[in-house]
Amino acid sequence: MSVSLEELEVGRQIGEVTIEVTRADLVKYAGASGDFNPIHWNERFAESVELPGVIAHGMFTMGAAVQLVVDWAGDPAAVVDYQTRFTKPVPVEDTDEGPGAEIEVTGIIGAVDHDNSTARVDLTVTSGGQKVLVKAQAVVRL
Amino acid sequence: MAINPDLAGRSYPAAEPYLVGREKVREFARAVKASNAAHYDLEAAGELGYREVVAPPTFAIIVAQRADARLIADEDAGIDFTRVVHADQRFTHHRPIVAGDELIAELHVDSVRGMGAGAMITTRAEISTTDGEEVATTKSSIIVRGEE
Repeated sequence: MSVSLEELEVGRQIGEVTIEVTRADLVKYAGASGDFNPIHWNERFAESVELPGVIAHGMFTMGAAVQLVVDWAGDPAAVVDYQTRFTKPVPVEDTDEGPGAEIEVTGIIGAVDHDNSTARVDLTVTSGGQKVLVKAQAVVRL
Repeated sequence: MAINPDLAGRSYPAAEPYLVGREKVREFARAVKASNAAHYDLEAAGELGYREVVAPPTFAIIVAQRADARLIADEDAGIDFTRVVHADQRFTHHRPIVAGDELIAELHVDSVRGMGAGAMITTRAEISTTDGEEVATTKSSIIVRGEE
């Protein structure tokens, strides 16, 4: 394990990352997860249910955002608890090249629990300047 | 279609087991843009102490959503799938999920709250191995938007 509990200070940033998202990424996530809701791949259907267009799976955003924490901890299974609320959809444009959306992720240490040997990482997750996940918190065993 | 107010407290017993495949772990890891080698490489997983490739932190959603699908498909529940929005999600892991695990999920409807013409439904999936070992608890709230 690359991180030691003793060195952690509440409020310290663990890192930041920009995730580029394309329509192909949504198709891959649909296949991998089994979530084939057409709002994630069919523009006409998405618009017919009053969405701005095709949107990313909330679970894609949640799953991709926690990678900052996994990379920091060095062990995927160190994340023992992870929760979020989904507040805004992430519309993903149909582009010929380049990303259809960008998701910005920043993580800070929100709490350190020496008794249980865990740290809570609070994630700020935005796209197009809007918070798309709220109360995104990952508890990491160190 | 109206949400059945008596849904809260209902549970759905575990159905067919879900066998976690090595290639599925790799596919899901690629799909969430995970880079940790323990998702892909047996040797890297072994160095962290796992006997098989390790699933990403949100992998259990596959098992949880299969359990949720049974509630949504239950005609007596009154849920119109096309009006469902995912409101929140939580994963609590009791032990890592690795390839080869055979998982079952028991689904509980923890609460149903009216919201205007719609409702918020909170479900909990208790995921364990077919041998009875506790693996994860997932909690999920969905909003079923009311008809205008």
